[in-house]
Amino acid sequence: MLHAVLRAAEEGHEATPNPVLPEVYDILWSAVCFVIILAFFWKYVLPRVQKLLDERGEAIEGNIAKADEAQRKAEAALEQYTAQLADARIEAGRIRESARDDSKTIVAEAREQAVSEAARIAASAQAQIEAERQAALVSLRSDVGTLAIDLASGVIGESLADDAKAQSVVDRFLAELEASEQAAAGGKS
Amino acid sequence: MFVVARAELHAPKQEIALLANALNLLVPMSTDDGEFHGPSILEFFPGALLFEGTGFEINRIVLVRFVAVAALILVFWLGTRRMQVVPGRFQSLVEMGLDLVRVNIADDLLGKKDGRRFLPLLTTIFFMVLFMNLTGVIPFLNIAGTSVIGVPLVLAIVAYVTFIYAGIRKNPKNFFKNSLFPSGVPWPVYIIVTPIEFISTFIIRPITLTLRLMMNMIVGHLLLVLFFAATQFFFFTAGGGWAALGVGSLAFGFVFTLFEILVAVLQAYVFALLTAVYIQLAVAEEH
Repeated sequence: MLHAVLRAAEEGHEATPNPVLPEVYDILWSAVCFVIILAFFWKYVLPRVQKLLDERGEAIEGNIAKADEAQRKAEAALEQYTAQLADARIEAGRIRESARDDSKTIVAEAREQAVSEAARIAASAQAQIEAERQAALVSLRSDVGTLAIDLASGVIGESLADDAKAQSVVDRFLAELEASEQAAAGGKS
Repeated sequence: MFVVARAELHAPKQEIALLANALNLLVPMSTDDGEFHGPSILEFFPGALLFEGTGFEINRIVLVRFVAVAALILVFWLGTRRMQVVPGRFQSLVEMGLDLVRVNIADDLLGKKDGRRFLPLLTTIFFMVLFMNLTGVIPFLNIAGTSVIGVPLVLAIVAYVTFIYAGIRKNPKNFFKNSLFPSGVPWPVYIIVTPIEFISTFIIRPITLTLRLMMNMIVGHLLLVLFFAATQFFFFTAGGGWAALGVGSLAFGFVFTLFEILVAVLQAYVFALLTAVYIQLAVAEEH
């Protein structure tokens, strides 16, 4: 084989080609292949891939924005709910407070009514007692007078039918009685 | 330019002989009677199919490259035709591939802004190399489109022009000065440093880019051919007890096929990554 190569080399026309030395057509077709592939990648593939990557980035960003939006809405709803809850609490407190006030007023009114009623009852009782006492006093006085006159008539043996006389006698008697009572009360005190 | 260089290098025939010798070392035994067909460098230079002798000659390898380009365009056209925000399985796969370049190479090394600028170029380099590498293990194609110098060289030149362009755009006045005269060095050291910087930055880089890729693919192809040709020989020509060895060489061929897939991805990644690194070095040169 080696000899064959040497022979071929010496013959000159069918020389073994040197692989390091390029042929013109080799360079030419290689360059054509390169240009075709470069143009294909540059003008077709890579712009599409870039567009896709941008779209993908946008989609991811869009999703993140959407998630942010949802989060923000949820937070707003929570805030609103909390505020409503606080309002409701305040309202409940207010209602409770006013109920307490109302009950106090009602109790006070009732007490007042009761007191005035009691006072009224007491006053009317007093008045009745006084009236009865007056009645008793009047009847006592007439009874005592009659009795005293009868007794005195009996003692002196004469009729005290004369009204003027009888009246004066009764009055003197009562005055004496009162005086003695007063003396007894003064001695006591 | 290349024709001139070629004529010069063709003159000492020993060089060719040495190269052929080196490549033939891979072949354990080659008999002249054609019983065992070992791999040969000639496999990378098949006969012309169309336009022979013109600058538009199309041979089998050029055709394989066309198939790779068609496959690439088909895959990415289907994958990005109707893109959805929530991707299907195929779209996820295509996006994963594009993300590898966009995130792990462009954005990581160049940052968001410059990464976006050079993304079409880096994506093209990565997938062109990947698809043309993978043809090396596809049945009936069986040769990497990158195993002939054209593609690696064109891509290396593109990377070279791009990083110089990026550097000049960023730093119109000082790009070459910064590259050749790194600051913080006492001036006599420039006598040594400047030629080293010049060679490593402006000469070695494109050459290593080209040769790394091409040699990986050539050697990968030769290894696979070697294993499968040996299997063929052991099974059908030698026969008998030799068939046992054939099982071994077939297993090795299978393992190396998997390895070649790894190499295909790795070399594509390395090529795109180094291009990004060179651009990054040129852009970030603010010593």
